[in-house]
Amino acid sequence: MATMNVNPTRMELKRLKNRLTTARRGHKLLKDKRDELMKRFLDIIRENKELRAEVEREISEANRGFAVAGAVMSPEMMEQSLMCPTKSVELDISYKNIMSVDVPEFSFSASDGKSVYPYGYAMTSGELDDAVDGLARLLPKLLRLAEVEKSAQLLAQEIEKTRRRVNALEYVMIPQLAETIRMITMKLDENERGNLTRLMKVKDMMIKEQLQKNK
Amino acid sequence: MAMGYKLAVLGDRMSVLGYRTLGFTVKACETADEAKKSLHSLAKEGFAVIYITEQLAEKIPEEIAKYKDSPLPAVILVPGKGGSLGIGMKNVHDAVERAVGADILA
Repeated sequence: MATMNVNPTRMELKRLKNRLTTARRGHKLLKDKRDELMKRFLDIIRENKELRAEVEREISEANRGFAVAGAVMSPEMMEQSLMCPTKSVELDISYKNIMSVDVPEFSFSASDGKSVYPYGYAMTSGELDDAVDGLARLLPKLLRLAEVEKSAQLLAQEIEKTRRRVNALEYVMIPQLAETIRMITMKLDENERGNLTRLMKVKDMMIKEQLQKNK
Repeated sequence: MAMGYKLAVLGDRMSVLGYRTLGFTVKACETADEAKKSLHSLAKEGFAVIYITEQLAEKIPEEIAKYKDSPLPAVILVPGKGGSLGIGMKNVHDAVERAVGADILA
Protein backbone atom coordinates (compact mmCIF):
# COMPACT_ATOMS: atom_id res chain seq x y z
CA MET A 1 0.00 0.00 0.00
CA ALA A 2 1.37 3.31 -1.08
CA THR A 3 2.10 5.81 1.61
CA MET A 4 0.89 9.37 1.36
CA ASN A 5 3.21 12.10 0.19
CA VAL A 6 3.81 14.01 3.43
CA ASN A 7 6.75 15.42 5.34
CA PRO A 8 7.98 13.12 8.10
CA THR A 9 7.57 15.57 10.93
CA ARG A 10 6.14 15.31 14.39
CA MET A 11 3.33 17.66 13.54
CA GLU A 12 2.33 15.60 10.51
CA LEU A 13 2.46 12.47 12.65
CA LYS A 14 0.09 13.93 15.20
CA ARG A 15 -2.28 15.08 12.48
CA LEU A 16 -2.30 11.67 10.81
CA LYS A 17 -2.90 9.89 14.09
CA ASN A 18 -5.96 12.03 14.66
CA ARG A 19 -7.19 11.28 11.18
CA LEU A 20 -6.72 7.57 11.72
CA THR A 21 -8.81 7.61 14.90
CA THR A 22 -11.55 9.50 13.10
CA ALA A 23 -11.43 7.11 10.17
CA ARG A 24 -11.67 4.11 12.49
CA ARG A 25 -14.62 5.58 14.31
CA GLY A 26 -16.34 6.51 11.03
CA HIS A 27 -15.75 3.03 9.72
CA LYS A 28 -17.34 1.44 12.74
CA LEU A 29 -20.36 3.73 12.59
CA LEU A 30 -20.88 3.21 8.88
CA LYS A 31 -20.60 -0.51 9.31
CA ASP A 32 -23.31 -0.43 11.96
CA LYS A 33 -25.43 1.71 9.69
CA ARG A 34 -24.99 -0.72 6.83
CA ASP A 35 -25.95 -3.70 8.95
CA GLU A 36 -29.06 -2.04 10.30
CA LEU A 37 -30.08 -0.82 6.85
CA MET A 38 -29.64 -4.32 5.54
CA LYS A 39 -31.88 -5.71 8.25
CA ARG A 40 -34.66 -3.26 7.45
CA PHE A 41 -34.16 -3.76 3.75
CA LEU A 42 -34.58 -7.50 3.95
CA ASP A 43 -37.87 -7.15 5.85
CA ILE A 44 -39.15 -4.69 3.27
CA ILE A 45 -37.99 -6.62 0.25
CA ARG A 46 -39.66 -9.79 1.51
CA GLU A 47 -42.95 -7.98 1.87
CA ASN A 48 -42.37 -6.42 -1.52
CA LYS A 49 -41.93 -9.79 -3.14
CA GLU A 50 -45.04 -11.31 -1.61
CA LEU A 51 -47.14 -8.27 -2.31
CA ARG A 52 -45.99 -8.08 -5.89
CA ALA A 53 -46.82 -11.71 -6.54
CA GLU A 54 -50.26 -11.18 -5.07
CA VAL A 55 -50.96 -7.96 -6.95
CA GLU A 56 -49.75 -9.39 -10.23
CA ARG A 57 -52.01 -12.36 -9.86
CA GLU A 58 -55.05 -10.30 -9.03
CA ILE A 59 -54.44 -7.76 -11.77
CA SER A 60 -54.08 -10.54 -14.30
CA GLU A 61 -57.39 -11.87 -13.10
CA ALA A 62 -59.06 -8.49 -13.45
CA ASN A 63 -57.53 -8.08 -16.89
CA ARG A 64 -58.92 -11.41 -17.94
CA GLY A 65 -62.29 -10.20 -16.74
CA PHE A 66 -61.99 -7.08 -18.86
CA ALA A 67 -60.93 -9.14 -21.85
CA VAL A 68 -63.93 -11.41 -21.51
CA ALA A 69 -66.21 -8.43 -21.04
CA GLY A 70 -64.69 -6.88 -24.13
CA ALA A 71 -65.55 -9.99 -26.06
CA VAL A 72 -69.12 -10.26 -24.79
CA MET A 73 -70.02 -6.66 -25.43
CA SER A 74 -68.54 -4.36 -28.02
CA PRO A 75 -65.26 -2.69 -27.04
CA GLU A 76 -66.64 0.75 -27.82
CA MET A 77 -69.56 0.08 -25.58
CA MET A 78 -67.25 -1.00 -22.81
CA GLU A 79 -65.05 2.00 -23.17
CA GLN A 80 -68.05 4.23 -22.92
CA SER A 81 -69.27 2.48 -19.83
CA LEU A 82 -65.99 3.07 -18.07
CA MET A 83 -65.59 6.61 -19.27
CA CYS A 84 -66.93 8.53 -16.32
CA PRO A 85 -65.67 7.29 -12.97
CA THR A 86 -67.79 7.70 -9.88
CA LYS A 87 -64.75 7.85 -7.69
CA SER A 88 -61.67 9.91 -7.46
CA VAL A 89 -58.73 9.07 -5.34
CA GLU A 90 -56.22 11.34 -3.68
CA LEU A 91 -53.05 10.54 -1.84
CA ASP A 92 -51.59 11.89 1.34
CA ILE A 93 -47.89 11.53 1.61
CA SER A 94 -45.87 11.58 4.75
CA TYR A 95 -42.26 10.64 5.08
CA LYS A 96 -40.85 8.04 7.37
CA ASN A 97 -37.19 8.14 8.27
CA ILE A 98 -35.45 4.79 8.12
CA MET A 99 -31.81 5.22 9.11
CA SER A 100 -31.70 8.70 7.59
CA VAL A 101 -33.38 7.58 4.38
CA ASP A 102 -36.65 9.35 3.77
CA VAL A 103 -39.19 6.90 2.44
CA PRO A 104 -42.68 7.99 1.46
CA GLU A 105 -45.75 6.65 3.16
CA PHE A 106 -49.00 6.85 1.28
CA SER A 107 -52.44 7.05 2.71
CA PHE A 108 -55.28 7.56 0.33
CA SER A 109 -58.67 9.07 0.58
CA ALA A 110 -61.14 7.94 -2.01
CA SER A 111 -64.13 10.14 -2.48
CA ASP A 112 -67.35 8.37 -1.64
CA GLY A 113 -69.13 7.41 -4.74
CA LYS A 114 -72.24 5.36 -4.25
CA SER A 115 -70.84 2.38 -6.07
CA VAL A 116 -67.70 1.53 -7.96
CA TYR A 117 -69.68 0.85 -11.10
CA PRO A 118 -69.80 3.95 -13.25
CA TYR A 119 -72.54 2.56 -15.46
CA GLY A 120 -76.00 1.16 -15.42
CA TYR A 121 -76.36 -2.59 -15.45
CA ALA A 122 -78.65 -2.81 -18.45
CA MET A 123 -76.12 -2.63 -21.26
CA THR A 124 -73.11 -4.27 -19.67
CA SER A 125 -72.09 -7.80 -18.94
CA GLY A 126 -71.58 -9.39 -15.58
CA GLU A 127 -67.92 -10.08 -16.30
CA LEU A 128 -67.30 -6.35 -16.39
CA ASP A 129 -68.81 -5.96 -12.93
CA ASP A 130 -66.50 -8.62 -11.55
CA ALA A 131 -63.44 -7.11 -13.15
CA VAL A 132 -64.21 -3.61 -11.89
CA ASP A 133 -64.99 -4.94 -8.46
CA GLY A 134 -61.73 -6.90 -8.41
CA LEU A 135 -59.72 -3.82 -9.25
CA ALA A 136 -61.52 -1.75 -6.63
CA ARG A 137 -60.68 -4.27 -3.95
CA LEU A 138 -57.10 -4.27 -5.14
CA LEU A 139 -56.60 -0.54 -4.59
CA PRO A 140 -55.18 -0.64 -1.04
CA LYS A 141 -52.77 -3.36 -2.05
CA LEU A 142 -51.68 -1.45 -5.11
CA LEU A 143 -50.85 1.55 -2.96
CA ARG A 144 -49.06 -0.53 -0.38
CA LEU A 145 -47.04 -2.07 -3.19
CA ALA A 146 -46.04 1.37 -4.44
CA GLU A 147 -44.97 2.37 -0.96
CA VAL A 148 -43.01 -0.78 -0.25
CA GLU A 149 -41.36 -0.96 -3.63
CA LYS A 150 -40.27 2.67 -3.51
CA SER A 151 -38.87 2.16 -0.01
CA ALA A 152 -36.97 -0.88 -1.20
CA GLN A 153 -35.47 1.03 -4.11
CA LEU A 154 -34.41 3.94 -1.94
CA LEU A 155 -32.94 1.69 0.71
CA ALA A 156 -31.07 -0.34 -1.88
CA GLN A 157 -29.49 2.86 -3.14
CA GLU A 158 -28.50 3.95 0.36
CA ILE A 159 -27.06 0.56 1.20
CA GLU A 160 -24.98 0.57 -1.95
CA LYS A 161 -23.62 4.00 -1.05
CA THR A 162 -22.87 3.04 2.53
CA ARG A 163 -21.19 -0.16 1.48
CA ARG A 164 -18.90 1.75 -0.86
CA ARG A 165 -17.94 4.10 1.93
CA VAL A 166 -17.27 1.29 4.36
CA ASN A 167 -15.07 -0.47 1.84
CA ALA A 168 -13.21 2.69 0.91
CA LEU A 169 -12.41 3.32 4.56
CA GLU A 170 -11.55 -0.27 5.34
CA TYR A 171 -9.39 -1.07 2.35
CA VAL A 172 -7.95 2.29 1.29
CA MET A 173 -8.06 5.05 3.86
CA ILE A 174 -7.21 3.16 7.02
CA PRO A 175 -4.32 1.06 5.63
CA GLN A 176 -2.90 4.11 3.93
CA LEU A 177 -2.99 6.16 7.10
CA ALA A 178 -1.52 3.35 9.18
CA GLU A 179 1.26 2.82 6.68
CA THR A 180 2.12 6.50 6.53
CA ILE A 181 2.18 6.74 10.31
CA ARG A 182 4.57 3.81 10.41
CA MET A 183 6.77 5.43 7.82
CA ILE A 184 6.95 8.69 9.74
CA THR A 185 7.68 6.96 13.04
CA MET A 186 10.52 4.98 11.48
CA LYS A 187 11.95 8.07 9.89
CA LEU A 188 11.81 10.01 13.15
CA ASP A 189 13.40 7.12 15.06
CA GLU A 190 16.12 6.89 12.47
CA ASN A 191 16.85 10.60 12.85
CA GLU A 192 16.94 10.17 16.60
CA ARG A 193 19.46 7.34 16.35
CA GLY A 194 21.56 9.36 13.90
CA ASN A 195 21.59 12.23 16.31
CA LEU A 196 22.61 10.03 19.21
CA THR A 197 25.54 8.42 17.43
CA ARG A 198 26.74 11.81 16.28
CA LEU A 199 26.68 13.10 19.83
CA MET A 200 28.57 10.05 21.11
CA LYS A 201 31.15 10.51 18.37
CA VAL A 202 31.62 14.18 19.22
CA LYS A 203 31.93 13.33 22.88
CA ASP A 204 34.65 10.72 22.11
CA MET A 205 36.54 13.24 20.01
CA MET A 206 36.37 15.84 22.79
CA ILE A 207 37.66 13.35 25.37
CA LYS A 208 40.53 12.35 23.12
CA GLU A 209 41.45 16.02 22.59
CA GLN A 210 41.40 16.64 26.33
CA LEU A 211 43.66 13.64 27.01
CA GLN A 212 46.15 14.85 24.40
CA LYS A 213 46.29 18.32 26.00
CA ASN A 214 46.88 16.84 29.46
CA LYS A 215 49.89 14.87 28.30
CA MET B 1 -47.63 16.91 4.72
CA ALA B 2 -48.88 18.20 1.45
CA MET B 3 -52.22 16.94 0.34
CA GLY B 4 -53.82 15.84 -2.84
CA TYR B 5 -51.25 13.84 -4.69
CA LYS B 6 -52.65 11.92 -7.58
CA LEU B 7 -52.20 8.54 -9.16
CA ALA B 8 -51.73 7.76 -12.80
CA VAL B 9 -51.66 4.72 -15.03
CA LEU B 10 -49.76 4.35 -18.27
CA GLY B 11 -50.37 1.57 -20.70
CA ASP B 12 -52.08 0.44 -23.81
CA ARG B 13 -55.74 1.27 -24.16
CA MET B 14 -57.23 -2.04 -23.20
CA SER B 15 -54.99 -2.61 -20.20
CA VAL B 16 -55.66 0.68 -18.50
CA LEU B 17 -59.38 1.00 -19.13
CA GLY B 18 -60.38 -0.43 -15.80
CA TYR B 19 -58.23 1.84 -13.69
CA ARG B 20 -60.39 4.76 -14.63
CA THR B 21 -63.11 3.39 -12.39
CA LEU B 22 -60.76 3.72 -9.42
CA GLY B 23 -60.31 7.41 -10.07
CA PHE B 24 -56.80 7.10 -11.45
CA THR B 25 -55.62 9.41 -14.17
CA VAL B 26 -55.28 7.28 -17.23
CA LYS B 27 -52.94 7.98 -20.11
CA ALA B 28 -53.20 5.51 -22.92
CA CYS B 29 -50.04 5.22 -24.97
CA GLU B 30 -49.00 2.63 -27.49
CA THR B 31 -45.50 3.57 -28.58
CA ALA B 32 -42.27 4.06 -26.65
CA ASP B 33 -42.11 7.73 -27.62
CA GLU B 34 -45.57 8.43 -26.35
CA ALA B 35 -44.84 6.58 -23.16
CA LYS B 36 -41.64 8.54 -22.58
CA LYS B 37 -43.39 11.85 -23.01
CA SER B 38 -46.34 10.91 -20.85
CA LEU B 39 -44.11 9.55 -18.10
CA HIS B 40 -42.02 12.70 -17.86
CA SER B 41 -44.96 15.06 -18.01
CA LEU B 42 -46.76 13.08 -15.31
CA ALA B 43 -43.68 13.15 -13.12
CA LYS B 44 -43.41 16.89 -13.57
CA GLU B 45 -47.05 17.44 -12.73
CA GLY B 46 -46.45 15.95 -9.32
CA PHE B 47 -48.07 12.57 -9.56
CA ALA B 48 -46.98 10.52 -6.59
CA VAL B 49 -47.42 7.07 -8.03
CA ILE B 50 -47.34 6.15 -11.68
CA TYR B 51 -48.33 2.64 -12.55
CA ILE B 52 -47.11 1.46 -15.91
CA THR B 53 -47.79 -1.78 -17.70
CA GLU B 54 -44.86 -4.12 -18.07
CA GLN B 55 -45.42 -4.29 -21.79
CA LEU B 56 -44.80 -0.56 -22.02
CA ALA B 57 -42.08 -0.45 -19.38
CA GLU B 58 -40.13 -2.99 -21.37
CA LYS B 59 -39.69 -0.42 -24.12
CA ILE B 60 -38.38 2.42 -21.95
CA PRO B 61 -36.23 0.92 -19.19
CA GLU B 62 -33.82 3.89 -19.02
CA GLU B 63 -36.60 6.38 -18.48
CA ILE B 64 -37.95 4.34 -15.63
CA ALA B 65 -34.54 3.86 -14.06
CA LYS B 66 -34.26 7.66 -13.84
CA TYR B 67 -36.96 7.75 -11.19
CA LYS B 68 -35.59 4.88 -9.16
CA ASP B 69 -33.49 7.01 -6.84
CA SER B 70 -35.77 9.96 -6.28
CA PRO B 71 -38.37 9.76 -3.51
CA LEU B 72 -41.20 10.74 -5.86
CA PRO B 73 -42.75 9.65 -8.08
CA ALA B 74 -42.84 5.93 -7.49
CA VAL B 75 -42.95 4.21 -10.85
CA ILE B 76 -44.51 0.82 -10.32
CA LEU B 77 -44.84 -1.89 -12.93
CA VAL B 78 -48.07 -3.81 -13.22
CA PRO B 79 -48.97 -6.57 -15.64
CA GLY B 80 -50.89 -5.43 -18.70
CA LYS B 81 -53.48 -7.33 -20.62
CA GLY B 82 -50.89 -9.77 -21.96
CA GLY B 83 -50.29 -11.07 -18.46
CA SER B 84 -47.20 -10.75 -16.32
CA LEU B 85 -43.84 -10.66 -18.06
CA GLY B 86 -41.88 -11.01 -14.85
CA ILE B 87 -40.12 -7.68 -15.27
CA GLY B 88 -41.64 -6.25 -12.13
CA MET B 89 -40.43 -9.23 -10.16
CA LYS B 90 -37.04 -8.99 -11.78
CA ASN B 91 -36.78 -5.40 -10.55
CA VAL B 92 -37.33 -6.58 -7.01
CA HIS B 93 -34.50 -9.06 -7.41
CA ASP B 94 -32.32 -6.36 -8.95
CA ALA B 95 -32.85 -4.22 -5.88
CA VAL B 96 -31.70 -7.10 -3.69
CA GLU B 97 -28.66 -7.61 -5.83
CA ARG B 98 -27.83 -3.94 -5.66
CA ALA B 99 -28.06 -3.84 -1.90
CA VAL B 100 -26.66 -7.20 -0.89
CA GLY B 101 -24.35 -7.90 -3.79
CA ALA B 102 -26.03 -11.18 -4.60
CA ASP B 103 -29.61 -12.24 -5.12
CA ILE B 104 -30.37 -14.00 -1.87
CA LEU B 105 -34.12 -14.26 -2.35
CA ALA B 106 -34.01 -16.58 -5.31
